[in-house]
Amino acid sequence: MALIEIRNLTKSFGNLKAVDDISLDIESGEFITLLGPSGSGKTTVLRMIAGFEDPDAGLIKLNGEDITHLPPFDRDVNTVFQDYALFPHMSVQENVEYGLRTRKVPKAERAKQAIAAIASVKLEETVDRLPHQLSGGQRQRIALARALVLRPRVLLLDEPLGALDRQLREEMQVELKKIQRDAGITFVFVTHDQEEAMRMSDRIVVFNSGRIEQVGTPEQVYEEPRTNFVAGFLGTANIFTADMASKLLGTSSTVSIRPERIRLQALGTKIDKSETSIVGTIHEAAFVGANTIYIIETEFGMKLTVRKTNTELLGQDDSFVAGDQVMAVWRNSHVAQIPV
Amino acid sequence: MLRLSRLTRVALGIVVLSILFFMYTPLMVLILNSFNESQISGWPIDNFSTKWWEFARSYQPIRDALLNSVLVATGAMVIASVLGTLVAFAMKGFSFFGRGTVNILVVLPIALPGVVTGVAFSNTYSNFLTPMGFNIGYFGMIVAHSTFCIVMVFNNVFARLRRMNPNLQEASADLGAGLWQTFRLVTFPQFRTSFAAGALLAFALSFDEVVVTIFTAPPGVDTLPLWILKEVGRPNQASVVNVVATVVILLSLIPVYISQRLARAQEDE
Repeated sequence: MALIEIRNLTKSFGNLKAVDDISLDIESGEFITLLGPSGSGKTTVLRMIAGFEDPDAGLIKLNGEDITHLPPFDRDVNTVFQDYALFPHMSVQENVEYGLRTRKVPKAERAKQAIAAIASVKLEETVDRLPHQLSGGQRQRIALARALVLRPRVLLLDEPLGALDRQLREEMQVELKKIQRDAGITFVFVTHDQEEAMRMSDRIVVFNSGRIEQVGTPEQVYEEPRTNFVAGFLGTANIFTADMASKLLGTSSTVSIRPERIRLQALGTKIDKSETSIVGTIHEAAFVGANTIYIIETEFGMKLTVRKTNTELLGQDDSFVAGDQVMAVWRNSHVAQIPV
Repeated sequence: MLRLSRLTRVALGIVVLSILFFMYTPLMVLILNSFNESQISGWPIDNFSTKWWEFARSYQPIRDALLNSVLVATGAMVIASVLGTLVAFAMKGFSFFGRGTVNILVVLPIALPGVVTGVAFSNTYSNFLTPMGFNIGYFGMIVAHSTFCIVMVFNNVFARLRRMNPNLQEASADLGAGLWQTFRLVTFPQFRTSFAAGALLAFALSFDEVVVTIFTAPPGVDTLPLWILKEVGRPNQASVVNVVATVVILLSLIPVYISQRLARAQEDE
């Protein structure tokens, strides 16, 4: 039995269907990410699991028990908010003790647990400070400690890294994943950042317009996207519509090929028989550090994006420039069929 | 920052000083005259003494009036605090039909001429409640005052609630706190300073109110401002009136001063 079972969950705000008949199983101990653009319904699903929003229809079960309409304080789940929502008038320690206090844990015991939790995020020296005296990254960790000290079955995280700068964000990604693995708590993580999702998650749930597009491991959603949306949202994809594919490739279904799986060759050079090539003109060649991104214009107005890793210094390998006619080549097995 | 020429700054300084002079000279004259030994106010003061202060302290009608003023202002403050806060929460937390109208209706009493409020309450009490066998008496004066005091608490609390992070209440519930616990531990501490500032303003507003009081005070009951109004026409009482007026000034200004300090402290948080 899954730890969390979501069945036919629906929620509207006015005329807007924020969440439209979604069903999902979340397994115990997994790190699952709800990924999608803003307004896709991912946060609303999280808020319904937390109990902040009341579903219009559907069912949420936690460990077999129906919690659909329970108030937040009666659910064994805790939330880390996007803006952390630390209580501004309470010290760091009082913030972390808060949940223990509402559970009537004796004072000495809750101080002990709170300090241990603060130590686990390496912020012992801040116990007496007020939230506004902490940096963004420190607040983030305290918010995490405040939720984890209660040892919930499930921790819900609503874009918790969104306000951090890039370096801190990447450090926290590693740390969050480690905490999740060590504590064995189920993490339900909401983000719109596909790289973050792939880096941390056991499974990714891709949301679009209130519906689930695909559920799978990071490799599955990246390599075997089931819809055009998924192919385009995770990384960059060159999508050949069924019409284009039949004209250019001689296949009949919609397909997708990743820019890093395409290489460029001079016209007339040989390719393997397990490969496909089409001819085009380089419209743009953009050097972006580790990579060079080429935009190739092919027949019928189809544009291809090609990413070449710059393993050599510029000009020391057979690089192409805008205006060159080239062959774009890829292995047939790298083409993903999109079923819908 | 805007730079002004030296001449402009001097000119502006003179304007400010003359405004302050015109505003506060009468008050200063009144306060100084409360220490005038003579029975009649005048200028310059020949002999200073605390004679009239001692007289006022032991004079029973003044003591009764002071007690009434404090009771009425406290009662109005308590009613206004509770109702003002409740309205602020309703306006913040829910959107309902007629919300804008309710907002105006809450703020309106402060803008209504006191004489209208006074007549309205007086008529309601004597033509409506009394014939029904319900004599509201002293409490009627408190109720009338609280109508225009509510807005003080409402404005302060509502402004604060609007700036409050709504996630704090959700975080509290998420961490297991029930509704009352959340209010006590998270919500109230967030707006208690504004609440106190509003309550003090309400007290001050009621304490020096005179027009509504004239219409709603039961026969024979005086508040300090009402007592002044009655006695000011009698020349022999001039000096003791000055004493009472000084007391009224102090008891209205002190709450306003503290309220301002609280509001500033709140902004610094």
